[in-house]
Amino acid sequence: MASVSIESIRKDYSLVPVLRNVSLSIADGEFLTLLGPSGCGKSTLLRILAGLEVQDAGSVRIAERVVDGLRPKRRDIAMVFQSYALYPHMSVASNMALPLRMRRLSALQRLPVLGRLLPGTAQITADIDMEVSHTAKSLGIGHLLPRKPGQLSGGQRQRVAVGRAMVRHPAVFLMDEPLSNLDAKLRVQMRAEIKELHRRLGVTFVYVTHDQAEAMTLSDRVAVMLDGELLQVAPPQDIYADPDNRRVAEFIGSPKINMFDGVVRERGLIDVAGSTLTIEADAITGTALSLGIRPEAFYLAERGGQGTLTGSVRMIEHMGSDLFVYLDLAGIDQPLIARLLAERAPHIVPGQTLHVGVRPERILLFTRDGRRLRPDRDSSKGAVTPFREVAR
Amino acid sequence: MSGPLTLSEASDKRLMPIEVPLPTAQLARKRALSEALVALALAGPAVFFLVVLFFLPVAAIFVIALTDWRFGATSLSFVGLSNFREVCADAGFRASLVNTVVYVSIVVPGTVILGLAIALVIEGGRSCRGLYRAIHFLPFMATLTAMAIAWEALLHPTIGLVNQALAALGLPTANWLRDENVALPILAVIGIWQNLGYAMVLFLAGLKSIPQELYNAADVDGADLWIDRLRTVTLPMLGPVTMFVVIVVALRAFEAFDTVKVLTQGGPGRASEVLLYTLYRESFEYLRTGYGAAVAVLFLAIVTTLTLVQVRFMDTKVHYQ
Repeated sequence: MASVSIESIRKDYSLVPVLRNVSLSIADGEFLTLLGPSGCGKSTLLRILAGLEVQDAGSVRIAERVVDGLRPKRRDIAMVFQSYALYPHMSVASNMALPLRMRRLSALQRLPVLGRLLPGTAQITADIDMEVSHTAKSLGIGHLLPRKPGQLSGGQRQRVAVGRAMVRHPAVFLMDEPLSNLDAKLRVQMRAEIKELHRRLGVTFVYVTHDQAEAMTLSDRVAVMLDGELLQVAPPQDIYADPDNRRVAEFIGSPKINMFDGVVRERGLIDVAGSTLTIEADAITGTALSLGIRPEAFYLAERGGQGTLTGSVRMIEHMGSDLFVYLDLAGIDQPLIARLLAERAPHIVPGQTLHVGVRPERILLFTRDGRRLRPDRDSSKGAVTPFREVAR
Repeated sequence: MSGPLTLSEASDKRLMPIEVPLPTAQLARKRALSEALVALALAGPAVFFLVVLFFLPVAAIFVIALTDWRFGATSLSFVGLSNFREVCADAGFRASLVNTVVYVSIVVPGTVILGLAIALVIEGGRSCRGLYRAIHFLPFMATLTAMAIAWEALLHPTIGLVNQALAALGLPTANWLRDENVALPILAVIGIWQNLGYAMVLFLAGLKSIPQELYNAADVDGADLWIDRLRTVTLPMLGPVTMFVVIVVALRAFEAFDTVKVLTQGGPGRASEVLLYTLYRESFEYLRTGYGAAVAVLFLAIVTTLTLVQVRFMDTKVHYQ
C-alpha cells in the first residue's frame, strides 16, 4: 500500500519536450488513469514511475520514499505491459515465479542444476510454487500453469501478465495499455476483471490508456494528458461534465463536444450561429467566447427562438435507444451533433429543418484561448468579475 | 494407345446424353494446368541444375565408391565394399577423422561464443557500430586462400609478426605450422577468425528482433543484472538463431580445406590432415578415385547424421516465437 507523488517531472527526447513539468499525487489505494492520445507522454510518465526511464528533472516518491535513481525492482512496483511481455520460452508457472525467484533465491541458488542441490533452494522453490499456484487459481488460470504463452489466447496471456505482477504483492500496480491488444468484447470483460482486482487488492493502480471508456469506467480519478502536460486531474464525471479546459472538453466524449464561437449580446445572452442562447452568467457585452455543448445536452424544440438553434438535418445515425442527428447550421462548417432519445424524435428525415434547444446550465463557456469560464455561483450578484477563471 | 474409333463406338458416343462441361469446372481445370506449367517453368531450371550438378554427381560418387577406378583410367571393375573396408582399416583415415572432429569441436564453440560476445558488445555500445560490424565481417568475405597466405606470413617462424611480437614481450615462440601439437589448433583459430563475422552478423540480427518490453519486464521482475538479462531474455530469444549458426558453422568447419592445403598440407606428418584434405589427396594426388569416393560417402554420412542429430537435439531446446 502506498501513495505516489510526482513532482515537476520533465523529460526531453533529443530536445523535444515529452513531459513538461508534470506534477501529480496519487492517494494510497487509488485507481488513477493517465488518459491521452498516443504520443502525449503518458507511457513515458509511467515508465519514469517504474524506473525504466530517467527523468531530466523532478522527483518521484512512492510510499513517501524518494525513488529517483532506484532500479525498478527496488521500487516495490509491478508492471503489466501492452504486449504483456511474457517470456515466450517459459511456462506460465515459470513466468509467474520469476519475480519471486529473482528476489528470494541467491544467484548461486538460481543456477540450473547446481542451484537445486544447495541448502534451502528446495524449500524456497516449493513456497514459490505454492504462491504461484494460489495466485493463478485466484485469477482462474490454474489449469494453464504448464503451458507456454504461445499456446494461450489473448485474454489468458493478459491474466498471466497480471498474475506475474500480482504474485509478489507490490505496493503499486502500473499498467500500460493492458487491454489494447484484445478484441472489443474481451476488453469489456477484462475491464471488469481489472476493476474487481483493484477492489480486491486495494493497492494503488496507475493505469495508462488512450481509451476514454476504460478511463471513465475504471478510475477513481482521471488525469488527462495532452502534449506532455497534465490538463486536468479529476473524477471521471467531472472530467466529462466540468472540464477545466477546451482541449479536455474536446478530447473527452464521443461524439465530440460541439464547439461554437459566440459573442455576448448582453447580460446572460450570447449570439451563436444566427441564434441567441441564454447563458448562465453575465459577461461584458461584445466579449468573444467559445461555447461547448455536449450532444446529449440538446432537446428537440417545437419552434425556434431564443435558447434554440435551428438547422437542416444532414444525416441521422440510429444507435438503438438514441439518434445522432447531424444539423447544418447557417454560417458554420462543422455540423452540430445532437443526441436525441429515439422515442422522442421519431420522424426526423434528412433535409428537414429542426430546432434544438439547450438549457443554460448545460453550456460550457471557454475563453477564446481555451480556458474554462465557470459562473461564480458563490459570488454576490453584480460583482466586478462575474467569472472565475480557472487556473490550470 | 487406342486404335481407330469403330463406328459403333462413335455412334454410341453420339447417342449418349451430351455432357456439357460446366464452364466453371473447365475453367478450373484450365487454370490448374496453366498453374502447373508456370510452376514447372519457374522451378524447372533449378531442378535441372540441382539434378545435374548435385544428385547425379552424388549418385556417381556412390557408384565409383564400389569400383577400383583410378582417375584417368579407361577400365574399372566393381570391387563391392572393399574400398570401405580399406578406408575403415586405414590408420591415416582414422587420424584424419579424429583431426576433423577436434577441429570442428574447437571452431564451433569458439565461433559461436565469440560471435555472440562480439554481437552483444557491438549492440550494447553506442558509437562506431558500423565500423565494428565491418571489421569483424571482413574476414568472412575475403578469399580464404589469399588470407591463408597472409596468415602464413604472420606465423612465419623467424620473420612472422606473431613470433616477433611474442619475442619482444619475452614470451616463448613456436614454429606454429610445423609443430604437430599446435598446427591443428592454429588452423582452428584461423577457422574461428574466418567464421566469426558470419556468426556475429546473424546474432546481431537476432538481437535486433528481441522486443524491448521483454527487457523492461525483466528489469521490473528483478532480473536486471547483465547475466540475469542474458539468461532470462537474450539467450532464450536467440535460440533459433543460435541453432542456425551452430549448424552452419559446423558444416563449414567440416569442409575445412583451403587453410590446410595452403598452410600445412596436412602436416607435419598427419597432424593437421582433415577429411576433405584426405579425400582430395587420395582422389587427385594418388589418383585412387574409388578409395576417395568411399571417403566422400563416409564424409557425407557423418555430416548428415551429425546435422540431423543437432537439429533433433536443439529443436527440443529452442523456442520459436
